[in-house]
This record gives sequence, structure tokens and C-alpha cells, in this order.
Amino acid sequence: GKNEYDLLVIGGGSGGLACAKEAAQFGRKVAVLDYVDPSPQGTTWGLGGTCVNVGCIPKKLMHQAALLGSALKDAPHYGWNTAQPVHHSWSVMAQAVQNYVKSLNWGHRVQLQDKKVKYFNMKGSFSDPHTVRGLTKAGKETIITADNIVIATGGRPKYPTHIAGALQYGITSDDLFWLKESPGKTLPSFILYVSLECAGFLTGIGLDTAVMMRSIPLRGFDQASMEHLTQMASLVTEHMESYGTKFLKRCFPTKVEKLESNRLQVTWKNTDLGTEETDSFDTVMWAVGRAPDTKTLNLETIGVKTNSETGKIIVDASEATSVPHIYAIGDITEGRPELTPTAIAAGKLLARRLFGQSAELMDYDTVPTTVFTPLEYGCVGLSEEAAVQCHGSDNVEVFHAYYKPLEFTVAERDATQCYMKMVCLREREQRILGLHFIGPNAGEVIQGFALGIKCGATYPQLMKTVGIHPTCAEEVTKLHITKRSGLDATVTGC
Amino acid sequence: SVQAHKEDKPQKPMEMNGLTPVPDSYDYDLIVIGGGSGGLAAAKEAAKYEKKVMVLDFVKPTPQGSSWGLGGTCVNVGCIPKKLMHQAALLGQALQDSRKFGWQFTEEVKHNWMTMTESVQNYIGSLNWGYRVSLRDNKVTYENAYGEFVGPHTIKATNKRGVEKVYTAERFLIATGERPRYLGIPGDKEYCISSDDLFSLPYCPGKTLVVGASYVALECAGFLAGLGFFFSVMVRSILLRGFDQDMANKIGEYMKEHGVNFIREFVPIKVEQLEEGTPGRLKVTAKSTTGDQIIEGEYNTVLLAIGRDPCTFFFWLDKVGVNINEKTGKIPVNDEEQTNVPYIYAVGDILQDKLELTPVAIQAGRLLVRRLYAGATTKCDYVNVPTTVFTPLEYGACGYSEETAVEKFGEENIEVYHSHFWPLEWTVPSRDNNKCYAKIICNIQDNERVIGFHVLGPNAGEVTQGFAAAIKCGMTKEQLDNTVGIHPVCAEV
Repeated sequence: GKNEYDLLVIGGGSGGLACAKEAAQFGRKVAVLDYVDPSPQGTTWGLGGTCVNVGCIPKKLMHQAALLGSALKDAPHYGWNTAQPVHHSWSVMAQAVQNYVKSLNWGHRVQLQDKKVKYFNMKGSFSDPHTVRGLTKAGKETIITADNIVIATGGRPKYPTHIAGALQYGITSDDLFWLKESPGKTLPSFILYVSLECAGFLTGIGLDTAVMMRSIPLRGFDQASMEHLTQMASLVTEHMESYGTKFLKRCFPTKVEKLESNRLQVTWKNTDLGTEETDSFDTVMWAVGRAPDTKTLNLETIGVKTNSETGKIIVDASEATSVPHIYAIGDITEGRPELTPTAIAAGKLLARRLFGQSAELMDYDTVPTTVFTPLEYGCVGLSEEAAVQCHGSDNVEVFHAYYKPLEFTVAERDATQCYMKMVCLREREQRILGLHFIGPNAGEVIQGFALGIKCGATYPQLMKTVGIHPTCAEEVTKLHITKRSGLDATVTGC
Repeated sequence: SVQAHKEDKPQKPMEMNGLTPVPDSYDYDLIVIGGGSGGLAAAKEAAKYEKKVMVLDFVKPTPQGSSWGLGGTCVNVGCIPKKLMHQAALLGQALQDSRKFGWQFTEEVKHNWMTMTESVQNYIGSLNWGYRVSLRDNKVTYENAYGEFVGPHTIKATNKRGVEKVYTAERFLIATGERPRYLGIPGDKEYCISSDDLFSLPYCPGKTLVVGASYVALECAGFLAGLGFFFSVMVRSILLRGFDQDMANKIGEYMKEHGVNFIREFVPIKVEQLEEGTPGRLKVTAKSTTGDQIIEGEYNTVLLAIGRDPCTFFFWLDKVGVNINEKTGKIPVNDEEQTNVPYIYAVGDILQDKLELTPVAIQAGRLLVRRLYAGATTKCDYVNVPTTVFTPLEYGACGYSEETAVEKFGEENIEVYHSHFWPLEWTVPSRDNNKCYAKIICNIQDNERVIGFHVLGPNAGEVTQGFAAAIKCGMTKEQLDNTVGIHPVCAEV
């Protein structure tokens, strides 16, 4: 018989909702399934996916809370009579953040309703290529059929299950943002940007925080090259260290136990010294990577191919899986950046190709991004290492500068790690391959330049652009010292 | 006729009939008059090419007696102190927000003007010092003296103590900038202050009246409001003349909603002192521009920000035949910053029909010097220069305003895309939903090329800079659409 829906989207996150709403614009019959399996600690949340509930949004708000802590320290230099030190209340912040997130959940439900998209709070699994079985929390079953199906179920944090006590006693980012009470002395473990960002804001609001890392920071941040962020990553972590976060480098945990006091005792191996060490914490947070939850989807039954190592769904340039009429977007897809804006864009374009007579494919090239550590890191394009690997060090020129934001001067803040670099081709045109910026408001700075790079911006064009004074971003238009020259790259004066 | 002379010999009278032979060897290759953004950049650049360079810088004290060191307007009484005080005001707002983010303090937060001003002045002092060291390191001779032309290739420099010296140079660069304009009404010079005085004011300004609608007026009004001063802004007609009026009105609305009282369509006609003091009490009488209505108000401080005038009228440019615009006092130059006298150039705020911005002056100065001494040909590109107004809600712009775009291309040939947005950081403290705004103006006939970019929101300068670079690369709407946003930031809008 005829399928009930034109489009069924499994997963109500950034990609899924964008795709569904766009398809509805074309007058199509669309349904969305969204369901959150509670975390091992029992945390769950509403419609909107990772970004809204346990990702970008609460992360940035808590990052802001930490930044405001810095502002409170700066304020007396600027004449404000705030008493120091100021105490922070986790529960006030968490409540405010959670309330805002809930308003977004609500907003998404209203939007779906307005656009006449049917929403099911159910967990989906495939019966056949056009049929999905939806299951509610209570166990009630609904069968849904659709002409086209988009899988956008994203990922969930991994647990290092080989470590005793990890699953039982540790939390992840899924739980952190929903804690009603302060995590106290925390140990986010291993290094991914999630770990650094969380450690950053936890330190910023006054919590004793340590980060345990096995090897290099920000490994795996960019799928294109593993080692590449060494320079930028070390500047970021250097800043965090001077800011108060402790780093336990080249260590890996071996077990987590619960003490009588209800605190957690972590035992780890220090590979540098070859010793075993322990310490107690209130909270241990794992940030060892995210993995797609595809088991319950029943993908093998219908023949959707996944990458055997990562478990992610393999798609082509049009987001199509190995099964006709079944597509996948967002974090669940293999080889794509795990970012909200790319999922949204891919979702919209997919809907337009399916129902709007468009042929436009998603362009995953030169996607800008930002890590919201205490000193933010924004970047677009190739890293220095990737550029050298791709073009050879003789053909790559790196312009760089250490600068000091004006606002840091009166506040007497350390700007040692405020740094930027532009990676260009050396030949005549000097096309810009990548731009990297560490400093306040890194995201705001990088966005416009990302646009320029997409337009094929060259170094001479950037030099012709007049700076806006006084800002940090203007220093990008003044970059002129090359790494090759070995000259001091510190910006001096006006 | 006059022969070449040494630095400390007194000058003999010269003949001005044009047949006077000029000295055949000059004291300097280049003398820069004005040690501000443009002048210093040019001087240091010239020294790089082993030229013998001198910088003359002198600050005539304000009617209130304020003065400052080397560095020009930007460093001493412009961009730098302005942005720092703007930051102080933003921190005030941050303190309010922080409570909602969990920071706990019960006391009411108050601001101390003297603490802030001292910090700011200390930083400026370090910059003044830095410039002097930098000039010395670059082997540029610096004199804290007032320069006036006395004949071809010849300038007289008078220092604070009245000692005069005469110098000659092959080329001159005029970069003397501007100073705030006064109203020309009774009491203005005696009792009012300007931006020249504000940033070093040794006492708290108290209840302030800001006169003017320029970006200087609005920026000062903005941070004064943020620091907790009660005051008003008196505006003759429109806000931010020359800027996109749609954006200007939004800025005004925001300021009004945040405690700024606008007195529109009035001009002051008299300022009287009621009581001396630091600050004292002043009475301002103002007349309506649309009728006969007269109003009076009492303030501790009156800040005039009605415009700036060039410092050309005072240093005898006619002695060397440099044309200046009689009405404005500005110097017209060709596209190589050359005046009508071939060996005299000019950069910065003093130029006619050019932008009054530090980075433009610096760029123009450097490129000029490279053309003169390094065989370069690149001219300063004055098109699509981005700028930012640091009002409480910051405004960044690059390219055409909506009005000028319509005028130039015709309404049917442009498309304006726009959006309000709510910065994520403002959600939790429930601040100002839907006040932030961004728009781009596209030329339909040219592939929807982006010809104007405007954003109203926090960190507008940081946001706008990159887009300015993209506009320089000729970005189109399609390319903009294809660029993925960074999430969650304001710029992704």
C-alpha cells in the first residue's frame, strides 16, 4: 500500500529537525521520531537533540558564567567596587540554564506543530526499508511507513568500560549540564574539546578541576589530521593551566572506587614516571569520545552499511546510504564534521533535493569552528601541519602574531597565549589555506574570515582590508611576520 | 636669497616670490608634522628605508587646560581611552548578568570614576612612552614642538618654552588631525568640556549633558550611562549623520531604553556657571530648532561633541601655497595623498573627503612612504573600509548604507536581507530580546554581490572585521549562504 508519510526523520536534533521543517515547507507529510535513552546515571531530556540539551547551548552558557567570573575580577581595575573573591552557586546557574533549555524544547515542539510536522516521542527501529517501528517509554508500539527516511540519531558519550568503576561512578557531558548540585572537585578525563571546554568553565566558576590526558590534547578534533593541533592545543592548555586547571599529562586511569565519604577514589598510571597514583574527587567525568547508537535501529536487517570501526553510517555526497530512499545526516555520518551548523545545512539541502527540485549538495569544505575554552580557539581551513603535508613546507607560508587585547591591559590580565596564525600558499597568489585564532570572542572573529576564505581570499586581499580599531580581529589584517623569518612575532603598539 | 642653514641658527627673512632658490641640501629627507596614528606610522616606515626623518608633535592645551603626550588623538583622547571606558561600562552590565549565572554578591555595585581614569591614564602613559622609545629605536628625531611653515621647504618649530628652531626638508607630511569644535555660544569655552578633557577628567562628571549626535557623542553618552551617571543627550536633528539611518535609529532606541534621555531638536544658546567646583553646577539654556520654545537645565558637566575641525588654520599653509578648503579647513589631496604642492603630502583626519579613522591613516601613511622611498605603486584603498561605533549596543558596518545603496543603484536593483537575533549569553539574564540586528545589502545586477554589511550587537567590531575581508574578495549572497556558521556565536546570524 501507499506509505503514510513522504518523509520520516528518526532523531529530533539539529539535523533532523532542520530537515523535517524544511520538507514541511514544501507541503509534504512529515513525521519526526525523537527519543532519549537515559544515561547510565539516569539523565534524560526533551526534544532538540544534543546541541540544545547536552551540547553547544548549555556548554556556551556555562562558559559564559565562567567568563563573567573573569569579568568580576577585571571590574575593580575599571573602577567597580565588587568585593573579592565572589562565590558562585552551581544550583542558581544550573537552574537558569536548564530553564532556558526547557524553553527551547518547548519552542521546538511548537515549531513542529506550527509546521504541521507530526512528532512522536518514541524510539525507532527498522522493520523494512520503508517501515519503522516506534516504541514509547511505556512500551506502546506504533508502525510508521514513509517514502523517504532520514536517520539523524547522532551520538552519545562513550564510557571507558575497561576501567573498573567507570560506568558505575563516572558521569559524562550528558549528565554534567543537568546536575542539580555542584560537581565539586572534578576530574574530566582524556582530551577532547568537550573535556577542555568543561574543565575550563568548571575552573572558571571556582571548582577544583583536573584534566587527565593520555597523550596530546585535542586529538581527533579534526578528522583530517591527528597531530595538527599541537601548537594551538598547547597554547590553549597552557592558558588553562595558568588559569587554575590542573593537567595530569601522560596518565591514564586504571580504576574508580567509591569511598565511605561518597567521594570517588581514582587510581591512575603515570607513564612518564612509571608510577601509580591516587587522589579523591567528588566527580569523575568521562569525555573519551562519542559514538553513534545504532544497535537498536536494526540497520543490518535492512542493509544500511556502517563503518565497522566507528559504527557510523556511510553516506555519499548526497547523504544517501547504501539503501535507496534512506539517508543519514549529522553526527551519525562517517567522515563528516560533528557540528550543529553542518547538520542543519545538510538537512535543509537534503529536503530541498528530495522535495524542492534542487540539486545543490552540501559543501563540507572550509567549515569554521570554535572551541570554547577559557581562552577561545577559532579556526577555519587547514591546520599548519595539514597544509605542509598537502603542499610541502616549501610551498606554505605561515604568518603569525602574538597580540594583547586592549581590554586585558587595564585589567592586568596575562595575554601570553593570545595568538593567531594564517597559513597560505607561497606561490604568487598566496591563497589562504587556513586561519587560526586564540583569544576572546574567537567565534565572532573567525566567522567573517571563513566567508572570505570560501571566496578564495588571498593574503594580499586581506592586507588591503583596513582594520577596525580597536579590536582583536584587526590584527588578522596586519599579519606580516612569517614563521620562516624567525623574527619576534609580538605585536607592538598602535 | 637664503642659503641652507644649520639647526640652531636663527632664521633670516625670506622672499616669497617663488624664485627664491631652495636650499640644495636639506636637514631631513622627511619632516612629519603631527605625531598621531598617520604621522608616526609614516615616520617609522620611512626610517626603515634609511631616510632621515623628524616628527614634530605638539598639543595645544584645551580651554580647560588638558594636554597629553605623543601618539595623537587615537591613543590619548580617542579610540583607546574610549574603548577602555566602554569596556568599564560593559563590565557593569556583566556584573548585573553574573548574578543570573550564579555569581553571588548582595551589595549594590558602585563605580569609582577616579580609579578607572587613573588606570586608563596609566595605560596611555605607557603608550606615550612606548612611542618615544619606538621613534628612538627607529632613529627618528622627535621634537615636542609646534610646527609652522615659514617658506619653501622650511619649517619653524616652537617648543613649550617658546624656543624656536628652523629646519628644512626635502618632503613634508602633514598629519595634524583635528580638535573638537565649540559651539560659539557664551560660556562654551569657559565652562564646557570636550572629549579632549573627558578621558583625563580629575573629578567625577556627575550629572552630564552631552551635546551632539555624532558617534563621539553617542559613545561617550553610552559609557557614561553604563557607569551610572544620570544625564541627557541634546540633539539638533538626526543621529549619526552619514551612517545608515535605519541602524542609527535602532542604536538610539536601545540607548533610550537603557536610561539615556534624548532632548531632540534643541540647541544650546547659553551656558552659565551657578557654582564653582569639581564638578560645579552649570545652567544650560537651549532653543528649539522648530519653534520658539526655550528650555533650561542644570548639570554638573556639559560635554560638547558636535564635530571636529582640522588644525590647519594655524600653521601658515599659505606661506607655502598649500590649498585648503576655506569652509572646512581640510586639505584636498590626489589619490597619492599629495597636496597641490608637490613636495607636501597629507594623511589622516585632516584630509578632505576621506575617512577619519586610525587604521586608514596608518595604511595611507605607510603606503605613501613605500611609494616615495621603496618604489612601490600601491595606493591606499579607501573603498569598503569597515568601522565600528562602540555604543552600548555596538554597531559594525562595511560598505554602503541602505540609503546610499538605493541612491546609487536604485531600489529595484538592491536586495536587503535582514534578521534580528538574540545573543545566547543574553538569554539567561533575560536581556533585550530581539534588539540585536544584522542586515546585508546586495546588488542584484552584479550576481547579488554583497555591497553593504551592518550588524548591531555585542562584539560588533570582531564580527565585522572578517566580513570586511570577505567583501574585499567580492563575496556574493550565494557564497555567504554556503558558508557554515560557527555555533553558537552571534556572527553566525
